[in-house]
Amino acid sequence: MEKFTTLKSTAIPLNIENVDTDQIIPARFLKATDKKGFGDNVFRDWRYHKDGSENSEFILNNSKYSGSILVAGDNFGCGSSREHAAWAIVGYGFRVVVSSFFADIFKGNALNNGLLPVQVSESFLINLLNRIESNPNTELEINLQNQRISIVGLDISENFEIDAYKKTCMINGYDDIDYLINNKEQIEAFEAHKIY
Amino acid sequence: MSKKTLFDKVWDAHVVSSIKNGPQILYIDKHLIHEVTSPQAFNELEDRGIPIFRPDQIVATADHNTPTINQDQPIEDALSRNQLAQLSENCKKNNITLYELGHQYNGIVHVMAPELGVTQPGYTMVCGDSHTSTHGAFGSIAFGIGTSQVAQVFASQCLLLTKPKSLRVTVNGKLKKGVLPKDVILYIISKLGTNSGTGYFCEYAGNVFEEMSMEGRMTVCNMSIEMGARGGMIAPDETTFNYVKGRKFAPKGEDFAKKVAYWKTLPTDDGAQFDKEYHFEAEDIEPMVTYGTNPGMGIKISEKIPKDENPSFKKSLAYMNFEAGESLINKPINYVFIGSCTNSRIEDFRVAADFIKGKKKANNVTAWLVPGSKQVEAQIIEEGLKTVFDEAGFELRQPGCSACLAMNDDKIPQGEYCVSTSNRNFEGRQGQGSRTILASPLVAAATAVEGKIIDITKHLN
Ligand code: SF4
Repeated sequence: MEKFTTLKSTAIPLNIENVDTDQIIPARFLKATDKKGFGDNVFRDWRYHKDGSENSEFILNNSKYSGSILVAGDNFGCGSSREHAAWAIVGYGFRVVVSSFFADIFKGNALNNGLLPVQVSESFLINLLNRIESNPNTELEINLQNQRISIVGLDISENFEIDAYKKTCMINGYDDIDYLINNKEQIEAFEAHKIY
Repeated sequence: MSKKTLFDKVWDAHVVSSIKNGPQILYIDKHLIHEVTSPQAFNELEDRGIPIFRPDQIVATADHNTPTINQDQPIEDALSRNQLAQLSENCKKNNITLYELGHQYNGIVHVMAPELGVTQPGYTMVCGDSHTSTHGAFGSIAFGIGTSQVAQVFASQCLLLTKPKSLRVTVNGKLKKGVLPKDVILYIISKLGTNSGTGYFCEYAGNVFEEMSMEGRMTVCNMSIEMGARGGMIAPDETTFNYVKGRKFAPKGEDFAKKVAYWKTLPTDDGAQFDKEYHFEAEDIEPMVTYGTNPGMGIKISEKIPKDENPSFKKSLAYMNFEAGESLINKPINYVFIGSCTNSRIEDFRVAADFIKGKKKANNVTAWLVPGSKQVEAQIIEEGLKTVFDEAGFELRQPGCSACLAMNDDKIPQGEYCVSTSNRNFEGRQGQGSRTILASPLVAAATAVEGKIIDITKHLN
């Protein structure tokens, strides 16, 4: 997994609530058996018309906006457990998603793939979206060590929460498998004394 | 002794150890896998040279990406065929039990596992599928996981998790005629919203659930994820024990008696504390339909679509081509789908057949009936329900996820409405541009017969 410490970037504002994983990556693209290539189809049915032409109204197709941070409306990533959604967002080039609320499974999947979910207050999110929409050059800075998100050059910032263990994993690029395998003896001992 | 909830008891019994200021290592009893979310996990382990730790605690099926006709013939779509071939190969290589396409035990993972007695009270169960919450109907902790976690369970039979908070939804009273378990859960979600359960595990309590069949309880727990909860649970009782007894993987003889004695200790202690509680009256619930693009956007079938100025709400109505203030009654509907892990068990088809018997499907309607498993399919034929469906012009297809997520060829065309017994009405869920209205098998059957949505409550009296 790629390490994450700080990131400074412009951002893409996706001002839509309840973005579900079926929108992030529609089911018909789930037939692949490896993790590559999902970025090409992220938000497929919003990005392209049914005839394959680009939907110029969708924010990802607006050349004014760019960057490796996605700022999205409330309750991002609800729906299916498909980790393909996280692979698609990472595959497109995002390292951070900012929202005022994340669905549980999506959040876990993101963290397992080096994608940092930054949960901010609703008022902070509205402020961010407004500023980015009116000025696409607005830069954000995410500092994982300090758990702080700020708008570069302005005195606007907020702290965000992250599980201490997950934070260490992200900063060092470890994953859970490494940890679990190192605890095999303990797991075997548990199996021998299960109470149920 | 401190008072514990059902959830606490099962969770605490599975904690291997706790990391200071971090998550816990939770032991997983049963791991269910299918073709879509497992291949990358198998690859990951292989790349890292890690063996599967407990292959005999894994059960595999093919369901998401399988055709529902001509299952005995090779699959046309090359990518789908490859995905199934990979599953077979991975299971064979790693000694994992697989009920592949066409096997007498094949079916949607959340239908076949309970049928086989793989699902039991007091277990922890996971699957790379969010509707794993279904198995909580037995009083087990069951939840969906991502593919990275599938790899973790492969490697260690454990997961690193922070214990969720607990929530209880109590429904007491007597359900009205025509109100099915699906209506109960759609009602609850319409009242609480789609993220009220995020961060929580939900226990359903009250006489409504106590009196429900296992099939009904599974329908309810299935949709827990649609209010954001990781899982739902219902305390195991005689109904549960009777259901499990005698099934293929159920404990036998004295073992069974011992298990039952343990299972009886699991229900929530009187006075145990939940982080959040909600109460509803059974009498307030009526047959439900959804009008929007998330499962929380539901109304009683006799109600009108509410008004809301929120842009996401308006976008959703625009997608559905509905207007605020409108009623869904008399809306012409051309597609009806009875199936999915929410409502594809024998009871669901009995309800549908009961209504359909002696009637005919409306000419404008394409009606797909997709059983949840080979066993359900066999039972439909054995009980003579297939004859009822055939005579009424319904199409009984072969088991699988089918139009619930439209990964195979079972797609609802662009712009068409589908009254569906599945669990998600997201944009394009049943095919690009399709419009889904979630409902019970009874409302779905009635829609197919009438060719439009009707107020079912008036037809039952
Ligand atoms: S029936 Fe639908 S919800 Fe259930 S497992 Fe299959 S795709 Fe998922």
